[in-house]
Amino acid sequence: MNTDSKPLNTAASKPGKTELAEMFRRFIDPQFVITDEETLKPYECDGLSMYCVMPLLVVLPETVEQVQQVMRLCHQFGISVVARGAGTGLSAGAMPDAGGVVLSLAKFNRILHIDPLARSARLQSGVRNLAISEAAADYGLYYGPDPSSQIACTIGGNVGENSGGVHCLKYGLTTHNILSVEMVTVDGERVVIGNDGLDSCSMDLLALITGSEGLLGIITEVQVKLLPTPEIARVIMAGFGTVDEAGAAVGGIIAQGIIPAGLEMMDSHAIIAVEAFTGAGYPVEAAALLLCEVDGTKEEVQEHIEKAEALFRDFGATSIRTSKDDAERALLWKGRKNAFPAMGRISPDYYCMDGTIPRAHLGQVLSEMQDMSKRFGLRVANVFHAGDGNLHPLILFDANKEGELERAEAFGSDILELCVKVGGCITGEHGVGVEKIRQMPMQFTDPEIEQLNAVKSAFDPQGTLNPGKGVPTLRNCQEYRAINAKPQAPEVQHA
Amino acid sequence: MPDITKHLQQQINDARNQGHKLAIVGGGSKQFMGREINAQQLDVGGHSGIVDYQPLELVLTVRAGTPLSEIEIALAEKNQMLSFEPPYFGDRSTIGGTLACNQSGPGRPWWNSVRDQVLGVNLINGKGEKLRFGGQVMKNVAGYDVSRTQAGAMGTLGVMTEISLKVLPRPAITMTLSREMEHSEAIRFMNARAAEPKPLSGACWLDGTLYLRLSGAHSAMEATAKHWDIPVMANGDTFWQQLRDQQLAFFAGEQPLWRFSINSTAATPPLKGPWLLDWAGSQRWYRGDNEMATMEAHAEKAGGQVSLYRGGDRTGEVMHHQQPALQAIQKRLKHSFDPDALFNPGRLYSWL
Repeated sequence: MNTDSKPLNTAASKPGKTELAEMFRRFIDPQFVITDEETLKPYECDGLSMYCVMPLLVVLPETVEQVQQVMRLCHQFGISVVARGAGTGLSAGAMPDAGGVVLSLAKFNRILHIDPLARSARLQSGVRNLAISEAAADYGLYYGPDPSSQIACTIGGNVGENSGGVHCLKYGLTTHNILSVEMVTVDGERVVIGNDGLDSCSMDLLALITGSEGLLGIITEVQVKLLPTPEIARVIMAGFGTVDEAGAAVGGIIAQGIIPAGLEMMDSHAIIAVEAFTGAGYPVEAAALLLCEVDGTKEEVQEHIEKAEALFRDFGATSIRTSKDDAERALLWKGRKNAFPAMGRISPDYYCMDGTIPRAHLGQVLSEMQDMSKRFGLRVANVFHAGDGNLHPLILFDANKEGELERAEAFGSDILELCVKVGGCITGEHGVGVEKIRQMPMQFTDPEIEQLNAVKSAFDPQGTLNPGKGVPTLRNCQEYRAINAKPQAPEVQHA
Repeated sequence: MPDITKHLQQQINDARNQGHKLAIVGGGSKQFMGREINAQQLDVGGHSGIVDYQPLELVLTVRAGTPLSEIEIALAEKNQMLSFEPPYFGDRSTIGGTLACNQSGPGRPWWNSVRDQVLGVNLINGKGEKLRFGGQVMKNVAGYDVSRTQAGAMGTLGVMTEISLKVLPRPAITMTLSREMEHSEAIRFMNARAAEPKPLSGACWLDGTLYLRLSGAHSAMEATAKHWDIPVMANGDTFWQQLRDQQLAFFAGEQPLWRFSINSTAATPPLKGPWLLDWAGSQRWYRGDNEMATMEAHAEKAGGQVSLYRGGDRTGEVMHHQQPALQAIQKRLKHSFDPDALFNPGRLYSWL
């Protein structure tokens, strides 16, 4: 990248939509340069559909050279670029920029190489998360991070968001499971960050890129680590009479020196909705439910399951069921994995939040959330990655009812503020995107925001990569703080 | 120990106003790493102590100058550990230096590196501003991951004052297996074992002998040792500790020590002299005189990078060179954190 690179043309000579499309069609298959309203429509939002913007146009390059050319052209004319994988993100991180280009990596869907002995795989960035584990399964290997959208989401998007999943307490996030990325910089340079080894010389740029939400470069290739598939995995489902008991049981497991592969909690609203939807046999009378999965060697799993069952009983579990085989394990997970669609059945709309808290504050946070629920007049159900403190409150609302969407958003904002207050953060795994940019000043001071913006400028001096996402400008921070300081919760009666 | 953050900020502001450069020092145990520099010492060693430790949350927050020994004593009381097995270069090694130099021990491929376990840092930048990135929770994607970016930066991006880490339970038991094996066969063998779902936590080869470490529940150890049919070695823990702290005879003497971080399955570069293979082949140590450019070519052929870890010429470059576009980005990043280039100028690269 040239340090003093400037746009060669001024805004006056910026090409119009037709002209730009024409330029792209010189090196990209014309059918993959999308300009018509109808075909553009699906690109107007990602998985968070309350935020929609129509892009100028969408390109679907097929080679890295084409990506480089797109970037060079856009850089030359100061046109913004938003990278897009499968569009499953939940923070509007892939929402287009009006007047900008959406660069879809959908054509980058090839698994380039699996090396079973080195336990790694090289993938184009549009490869689906689940496809990696499916391809690696022949070698007794799999890819660790398993976000709930794994059937559709792409590895490039996972790098952008530093995605986790239900197994990250033991197996880590995306940042712990990748070796290198190939990236195209804002001005079209192709760089490789990381290598086949476990670390690189100098500051850790791979860490900086991971979770950067497409603000620092376009990921075109990812080399991931693969893990040996555990010999066996079993899950315990335990119901508890109170949320506090379930929370204490989670601490009890950790104190025993057991790191479960997955450790999930649901509150009673979630249990009831999920059971009605899936009929997985969840204890609907319980106030809280834990799913605790243990994996490893046969001997180790046997030992840990026995310990965990005894411990859950000691902590007052009202029901315990342990999977005997993989079919039963899948059944017990079915409820948790369908938690979001289950909400769709009991409410026209739901809004999924993503705060993280130190687990010790769980009881307090859930109880304050119930108070907020009354104040805002909206129901809330909770699913919780209990092992690592990542909370997903699901706020139920009806967008067709006047003011409910706004109330849901205000409710969500208050929840995030609460997470920060107890020592947590505004987003555990969904990213800031557009959605949480107003909450960034709750977590960061002005000098911190300024430093984050300076980091962005080191990669993208003109700020054309995914603008308006991730990190607010300092001026906006002051505005957001002023807005956030105002009382937001109207006194609303339950319908 | 008192919180001396303000004092550190003052020294940074003074350096800025007076136009001199700062060499950040914790315990001073890793002065042999990086390039030689000439700057006024900024002592972070006095900024020491455990700020918060929540064993049930698996989260520890410490001041950057805290000695590793102090941390490990506190963790051991709760039967937990720093899973990245930080090397001790004497008893003064601190957690800040360990992160800045990205130092992790034999368990790293299975138990993560210091960089992996970092949850958040407090950092004073070159403008004397105290900044906090990350936090004390396992999952946090708000803002760029500035905390983990510090790993390997050797203090060039700022002065870390506080570090939050994920800690892990100590394994119930460890067991070392050992047998004779030829060099290239050992590379294949270590990788093949690492691809099995067994409780492996160390794989090293030295002087014609393979060493494997198992950790976890007792029953699983016994079963794996039997399954692999490799003899159990007595006093195995001493071997892994001496490997971690570079106290084995391999590391003694004045010959330059090179560190290769490469593809774990790659053939070892054809260089005359002794080799030590660790991390199931991902980290390989070599003793001998050579040119940086020659070593870089070998490392690249093996899918990775090389650094002149200890000894040799420390006025030239000692780290694998950077691709020009990445070099430009790193210069701009450095400038964004440290606009007056106060911190450890030239320690990592002559150009940084």
